[in-house]
Amino acid sequence: MNGIDTVGPQLSVLGAAGLILVVDALMPQHRRMLPFIALFGLIVSALWTVSWVGRDFAPADITTFDGTFSLDQYSAFFYFVFVGITATVVLASIDWVNREGRGQGEYYALVMTVCSGLMFLSASRDLITIFLSLELSSIPQYILAGWGKDKRSSEAGIKYLLVGAVASSLLLYGMALLYGATGTTLLDGIGAYVASPEAEANRGLLVLAMVLLMAGFGFKMAVVPFQMWVPDVYQGAPTPVAAFLSVGSKGAAFAVVVRVFIVALGADLLSDDWSMIFAILAAVSMTLGNVMAVSQTDIKRMLGYSSIAQAGNFLIGLAAVSGGDERFTLGASGVLLFVAAYAFTNLGAFVAVIAISQRIGSDQIKDYAGMWRRSPVLALGLAFCLVSLTGIPPTVGFWAKLYIFNAGIRADLGWLVIIGVLNSVVSAYYYLGVARQLFTGGDESTERVPTSPSISLSLGAATLGVLVFSIIPMPLMSAARDAAEVLTK
Amino acid sequence: MDGSGPVVAFWLLAAVTLVAAGGVLVSRNLLHAVLFLILAFIGVAGHFVLLSAEFLAMAQVIIYVGAISVLLLFAILLTPRAGRDNGETKAFPVGALLAVALAAVFLFVINDTNWKTVSESPALAPEALGEALLTSWVLPFEIASVLLTAALVGSIMLARTAEEEAEDALA
Repeated sequence: MNGIDTVGPQLSVLGAAGLILVVDALMPQHRRMLPFIALFGLIVSALWTVSWVGRDFAPADITTFDGTFSLDQYSAFFYFVFVGITATVVLASIDWVNREGRGQGEYYALVMTVCSGLMFLSASRDLITIFLSLELSSIPQYILAGWGKDKRSSEAGIKYLLVGAVASSLLLYGMALLYGATGTTLLDGIGAYVASPEAEANRGLLVLAMVLLMAGFGFKMAVVPFQMWVPDVYQGAPTPVAAFLSVGSKGAAFAVVVRVFIVALGADLLSDDWSMIFAILAAVSMTLGNVMAVSQTDIKRMLGYSSIAQAGNFLIGLAAVSGGDERFTLGASGVLLFVAAYAFTNLGAFVAVIAISQRIGSDQIKDYAGMWRRSPVLALGLAFCLVSLTGIPPTVGFWAKLYIFNAGIRADLGWLVIIGVLNSVVSAYYYLGVARQLFTGGDESTERVPTSPSISLSLGAATLGVLVFSIIPMPLMSAARDAAEVLTK
Repeated sequence: MDGSGPVVAFWLLAAVTLVAAGGVLVSRNLLHAVLFLILAFIGVAGHFVLLSAEFLAMAQVIIYVGAISVLLLFAILLTPRAGRDNGETKAFPVGALLAVALAAVFLFVINDTNWKTVSESPALAPEALGEALLTSWVLPFEIASVLLTAALVGSIMLARTAEEEAEDALA
């Protein structure tokens, strides 16, 4: 397998981004075609990844570009998630971009660039590549958060940029210390050093580097105590962009954290420490995120806080390091399953919010009252996604929670699972509170809320994904498991 | 390198860099802060020379001292209505305390570590760097170029005025 083939999925996404810019500049009368070029690039990317499925990756194939990049089931799993997310976001953006009228070509090109960054991030096996991919996915997102013409959006963009810069510098410091201790930037090399006896003398340095990495990635994962930017940015950023960064950047951050901590820092010397820290962060994130979400009146802020709480759920999987051969497999596959399930559910909820707020011009939860009579499809779709986010059986959100709680119990983290279950009850209060609003009250207005085809298609795609994996979750679970097993091979 | 020359040079450069970095923080005027920043960059370039990385030192001077500092000065001077004061914040004492505590932790850990040392300096000539960038490190190198393009496109869009956008919409 040569170099070009291994980065084909990213190249097709970036190629589409370039084509979009060219078409936008040279043929402005064909601007309506731009989102379809983006979708075409994403489809090519997905097909390219499909062409690898079922292939037995030989060791020589797994790492390419001198070990900086890897092609395995793990990256392929995330390629599908990110391509799906981006396609849904592109569809959900069409109305907003046409109305806002600001640089349509540039908008789609930047969204595609973010997508390629997320894909590179999930496949990097080297600190330098990880850092640059993270910036490739982050910097266009700072710009997109400030894309709206109102003051709020500019504020969101600046805030996100400043917080992101601090996070990047912490991350870079941690990486530099790790390189200083081990003399290599390749994750496998670092892993070999950490497992060797000589690492014990430098344990202090390794722990310090590890904590800095956690802090740097923590901002991207949006877990407490690195969460303060989330509500303001989600509220201020254009809603399609908020949807994108609530699932895309969070998912990619978990993809890279799982890989870095298992492959590079997975030896016994450090794994007890980070598993403990992640368990505490999980408990705090879940509790704080849920408690803050309860009192929100703006649905975008509520989804922001709830995404912090959901990140706490993901962290249970990272904390779940058990003994024996399957040390990481169960917890890591739980994170993967949860990322995929959360991505489509949260995206579905956001798309419904986009459609509703475009028509009623408000993000206040109280204005959602009686939406059932004004637009049954939107109300049903939103309610279904909220039920799945709560984790009520038999939705995909329930399967993911069950799986990750099971991983927690197997790793003797019973206390954490109890906190998780209690938090699910709290989250039911506000998720289902919104769902109840949709179906009751609101006698003042009976005006219909129509939806455009693109929004319907994107809401349909997201909820169909949630529905299919709710009914038959097994394929998703086994895909997550196969992907996670690659890391410990 | 042997003798006491490099050691003296190291401590001198370290002192210059640290004092200049401190100056960035405490100077009242933003322009003075940028001038201190330039001094700190030069100190870092000196450290690169001490490590026999002359090419990196050159790049540091040309890019950071030259381009980036000039850009900062332009940005400050061309922003008409903004104040030129280095903002004061009530959190300064807390921040200073945290910074001192953090520095103590770092110093302790750095002192406690067996650092890997190399007996001969690695190949840091421009040819070797160029070759490494286009062989082993070609992927991060290309990612960086895509990143710069995206940042350029995005910042142009954000900086455009409403009139320019209206013109563009008519085209």
